[in-house]
Amino acid sequence: MHPFAYEAPGSIDEAVALLDKHGDRARPIAGGTDVLVQARANRWDLDAIVDVKNIPELTQISHYPDGSVSIGAAVPCYQIYEDQKIRDSFPGIIDAVEMIGGIQIQSRASLGGNLCNSSPSADGICPLIAYNAVCHIAGPGGDDDHRDVAVEDFCTGPGSNVLGRGEILVSLVLPNPGANFGAAYERFIPRNEMDIAVAGAGVSVKLNDAGDTFEAARVALAAVAPVPLVVPAAEAALVGNPVNDATIEAAAAAAADAASPISDMRGTIDQRKHLSGVLARRMINKAVERARG
Amino acid sequence: MVATFEPKSEYKVIGTRPIRHDGLDKVTGRAIYGADIKLPNMIWGTVLRSPHAHARIKSIDTSAAEAMDGVHAVVTNADLPKAENKMVDLGEGATNLKWAVDNILASDKVLYAGHAVAGVAAVDRYTAEEAARAIKVEYEVLQSATNVEDTIASDMPAILDEFVGSPGAEESGHANHVKEFVHEFGDPDSALSDADHVIEAEFGLEMVHQGYIEPHNATAVWDEDGRLKIWTSTQGAFTVRQQVAAVMQLPESKIRVTPLEIGGGFGGKIPIYLEPVAATLSRKAGNVPVKMIMERRSVFEGSGPAAGGKINLKLGATKDGKLVAADSTLRMEAGAYPGSLVGASGMCIYACYNIPNMRITGYDVLVNKPKVAAYRAPGSPQVAFAIETLIDDLCEQAGFDRWEFRRNNAAKEGTRRGDGPIFPRIGMEEVLDAAKETDHWNADLGEPSPGRVRGRGFASGYWFNVGLQSSVNLSLNDDGTVELVEGSTDIGGTRASIAMQAAETLGITAEDVNPTVVDTDTVGFTAVTGGSRVTYATGYAAYNAAIEMIDKLKVRASLLWSIDEEDVQFEDGVFSSKSDPELSIGFKDLAGKLGDTGGPVTSTGSVDLEAAGGAYGTHICDLEIDPETGKTDVVRYTIVQDAGRAIHPAYVEGQMQGGAAQGIGWALNEEYYMSDDGVMANSSYLDYRMPTSLDLPSIETVIVEVPNPVHPYGVRGVGEVPIVPPVPAVGNAIKDAIGIRLREAPMNAGRIVAALESENGS
Amino acid sequence: MTTQVTPGPSRVHVRTTINGNAHEFLVPPYMSLLDTLREIVGLTGTKEGCLDGNCGACTVSLDGRIVDSCLVLGAEIDGKSVETVEGMASAEGLHPLQQAFLEEAALQCGICTPGFLVASKGLLDNEPAPDEHRIRHWLAGNLCRCTGYDKIVRAVQKASAEMSA
Ligand SMILES: Cc1cc2nc3c(=O)[nH]c(=O)nc-3n(C[C@H](O)[C@H](O)[C@H](O)COP(=O)(O)OP(=O)(O)OC[C@H]3O[C@@H](n4cnc5c(N)ncnc54)[C@H](O)[C@@H]3O)c2cc1C
Ligand code: FES
Ligand code: FES
Repeated sequence: MHPFAYEAPGSIDEAVALLDKHGDRARPIAGGTDVLVQARANRWDLDAIVDVKNIPELTQISHYPDGSVSIGAAVPCYQIYEDQKIRDSFPGIIDAVEMIGGIQIQSRASLGGNLCNSSPSADGICPLIAYNAVCHIAGPGGDDDHRDVAVEDFCTGPGSNVLGRGEILVSLVLPNPGANFGAAYERFIPRNEMDIAVAGAGVSVKLNDAGDTFEAARVALAAVAPVPLVVPAAEAALVGNPVNDATIEAAAAAAADAASPISDMRGTIDQRKHLSGVLARRMINKAVERARG
Repeated sequence: MVATFEPKSEYKVIGTRPIRHDGLDKVTGRAIYGADIKLPNMIWGTVLRSPHAHARIKSIDTSAAEAMDGVHAVVTNADLPKAENKMVDLGEGATNLKWAVDNILASDKVLYAGHAVAGVAAVDRYTAEEAARAIKVEYEVLQSATNVEDTIASDMPAILDEFVGSPGAEESGHANHVKEFVHEFGDPDSALSDADHVIEAEFGLEMVHQGYIEPHNATAVWDEDGRLKIWTSTQGAFTVRQQVAAVMQLPESKIRVTPLEIGGGFGGKIPIYLEPVAATLSRKAGNVPVKMIMERRSVFEGSGPAAGGKINLKLGATKDGKLVAADSTLRMEAGAYPGSLVGASGMCIYACYNIPNMRITGYDVLVNKPKVAAYRAPGSPQVAFAIETLIDDLCEQAGFDRWEFRRNNAAKEGTRRGDGPIFPRIGMEEVLDAAKETDHWNADLGEPSPGRVRGRGFASGYWFNVGLQSSVNLSLNDDGTVELVEGSTDIGGTRASIAMQAAETLGITAEDVNPTVVDTDTVGFTAVTGGSRVTYATGYAAYNAAIEMIDKLKVRASLLWSIDEEDVQFEDGVFSSKSDPELSIGFKDLAGKLGDTGGPVTSTGSVDLEAAGGAYGTHICDLEIDPETGKTDVVRYTIVQDAGRAIHPAYVEGQMQGGAAQGIGWALNEEYYMSDDGVMANSSYLDYRMPTSLDLPSIETVIVEVPNPVHPYGVRGVGEVPIVPPVPAVGNAIKDAIGIRLREAPMNAGRIVAALESENGS
Repeated sequence: MTTQVTPGPSRVHVRTTINGNAHEFLVPPYMSLLDTLREIVGLTGTKEGCLDGNCGACTVSLDGRIVDSCLVLGAEIDGKSVETVEGMASAEGLHPLQQAFLEEAALQCGICTPGFLVASKGLLDNEPAPDEHRIRHWLAGNLCRCTGYDKIVRAVQKASAEMSA
């Protein structure tokens, strides 16, 4: 591991200035559960590591009157699952933050880090997509250098994303999902904890008031493509159609079809395609259950 | 003539559960493990390893590393004493000295990804690692083979040049296969052709790792007089001394090895890896101490896996359920150097049964993976997978009851083991009988969770256990407590089990004995902590030392009472005169009077045990499978095992549970997953999926005690048998649950789903 | 003459509380909390098993939450409080978990034990009476290769019963 300096700025401005200065020879550290492992594996040679946990905007959870929530990029998993309002309104996020790593990892790992690490197998990204979450990004250009990017557009490849030089993720904003909405995330792992997804599915559905027709849907798959994979065909198979096994089966088939995984030590192509269908079906059913309350 | 003992049914200390002597240090963080040692002026070493599975080393340029700030020394194979191409015995059987040295630091070729190429010492660990990255090695990449099929490819070059033309290689017909043995008794060919029921199948297994949580480590320093001192976590300080002496070409008297506390070994901490590198770095850095800790990835890539391989097995039985013939061919992956331990596989494969006509052909197969090390009953789980699976299938095919068939054909005293020896008193029948009596056997499977299916399987296994040499010194304190000095490193409570045998013999409590594990200067030769031998053999040495102490104390009592020493007897902790009932004194009281009778009493016990007591276990496994995902959870698990005599039952249970947990991991998920270019792709705990606490049920244990007649307390050894039955027990349970037989381990979710899909024709 | 000074960026000044005692030291900015405790503070009870967050042998409590100290930088603990296995026993004697681990034979080689003890304490401090599944779930980040976990789980149950008695 290249010996790096440790910086702990107290503001966004200082952080982005430091990152801008070092370019690709510096990286933020939130929980460190990806960045320290990868630095030790010599994935990059870093001159500085920038601790973002002293920046107020990145470490707060804010609930807004309109029912939306903003989760600071560095807020660790445990603070998210111990937040009763998030538990009540965004159970699909809880599904993910309760399964990342084990208890020790959850004390540190953040949803923002999970997204910025941009692994296709990340458990946090698909549920964020399911909730139509938006990334608040700050750049080195001063007060005006802010932009919003939908989570589904954030990742650009395994380990890469839209962040440019000096940019950091400040927070993730999840809009109020509204009534008749349900979301859920599940992955397949061969053990019961401490594994990376062989495949995963994050789904949300919005039903009509009668609860028998899909009005909107999001279907995203983990670990079956270079980025967390949104499956429009599966969404289309649901929207406007009655809530029944045939509809759900059609959407699940579309998910399995869209998956374009690789074979590696975690699973084979066939297994991952098969799991995509199984998990999509199960999560659609679970989202429906949650939507119906 | 081997001494035999009559079992007693009642003991005072044996069979109780005292708190282990080293426990306090281990729950408070005070115990000093290998990585915890700190010496004045100590610096840190690390190893640069090969990224290629098979390559010729064209050049190594260490200049940039040497020039770095904080770097004290860089070493390669050229800095080790030149190793001759000759056979030497390093305690684990004969091996070629050049190979032993090349496995420490590669010379002309690297033979697996992870093979050590150079060592670096620097002011701290981080600097050493950076310096290792600055070493430039030029490789010429060669074709590699990471499994048995690849080695058969006609253009696969010999992995070991010294091997070409050797008799074993000639006979096998392949450059990388060595025919090790053929054992044959009776007439297996005609017995198989006459049998009413014949079944045969091929089984495949991947390499697995012992998985000990503590990485390898070593610290070395030279004294000014050329004496080498080593501190390490090892299963055998004397074996380390022996191996280092051979590699460094030093007399053993010039080496002192201090075994520090060891964080698991399971066989994998018998070979040396870092010690000669640390020693060579220390010398080059000006005789300062050098400490090394192997990173986890290198533990996987560069140290002791257990053999994978291919096993072909054929069984024949009569229509009334008698097993009459067996023929098997074992092709076990040895890694890059010979030594798959296929010999042990041959000893174990048929050992649960009485089979009059049998043949076993064993091959060592060289592959571009790390050299195999022992792993808990090495060689036995693999062959148990074959035979215990095939017996289930034979029973299904012929309509036999699986338990009755096993019980009717069970090995017993007088049965011949597959490699020749005739069994003394063993407990296979008792274990099978006890399995049938367990709650688990007699309980039904229970309701699966929605959408899941359940199955039950059982299987048996054998390990021969070993004896070998051990030494123990005792010294008596004047308050009647006893210092016990031993050479067996304690990996799981053996200080307690040895002290308990001394205490039982001396008629004092376990707490009255204070056991210490010492360095190679301080006690007589003691073989490794392995082979399930410590409680058996070092316990026996402690018994001998205690008997010698009693004999000496009888003399002292006779002096005290001015009577003939023949007149003194010792019973229940009391010395007394046979002729004068007035004269008696307790062990502790006598200890306080030694000053008047000739000073301190010390004693030693040494053993070199040929015979050991083989042991058997039967495991029952219930599991639950999600047929849509292949997810498998073991929901109930029971182990029945013959311990001979359980000295400290809690640690016997612990060994049984731990072995089963490893076996369950082996059955379901663990494997060396090799990428196409021959690199282990899952060399982290994240992807080498060992069971977590959430993956296992509470494992139930039943200890059967069929005392071993050749041990004073009937001990057989318990550490290894429990890893043998789980792979087939899990496989048989999977078959019961989904109706499909898997013959490749690990039987993971991917394989289960693939099997179900092809069954359904989808 | 080779240097004995660690090369690289300059050290970070850290003031922290470890097992209730104030500590102040300089630490290389890239050094893990695990190595900081072991090499700088001199507390070697916290163990290394993997350095990538998967074994839990390095578990310590950081401001009351259990973490893998291999995935924390020593520089990050400035102003924070750390508890290690060395801080579990008090003048009155062993912590009930330590006692229960001894009595239940919950350790074999013992390398995982400090991590399990600190993690279990983290559980019982917040949830005095967890059921078996909760214990197994909480401890899933701690690997033990020797015991098969059964006796560890029993020891935690025993300590929990004793502490709530
Ligand atoms: C043992 C173990 C188990 C794990 N299990 C899982 C699992 O089950 N599921 C899963 O999805 N992941 C898992 N992970 C991976 C990891 O824990 C998660 O991805 C975690 O969410 C990362 O968060 P972090 O805060 O630790 O990120 P860090 O490591 O701090 O950062 C991750 C990346 O994001 C960058 N970054 C961090 N914050 C910002 C920011 N504000 N702006 C821009 N860039 C930023 C960093 O530079 C780095 O590249 C596991 C890791 C370990 C070690
Ligand atoms: S050493 Fe930190 S989790 Fe293994
Ligand atoms: S006791 Fe050895 S790893 Fe747990």
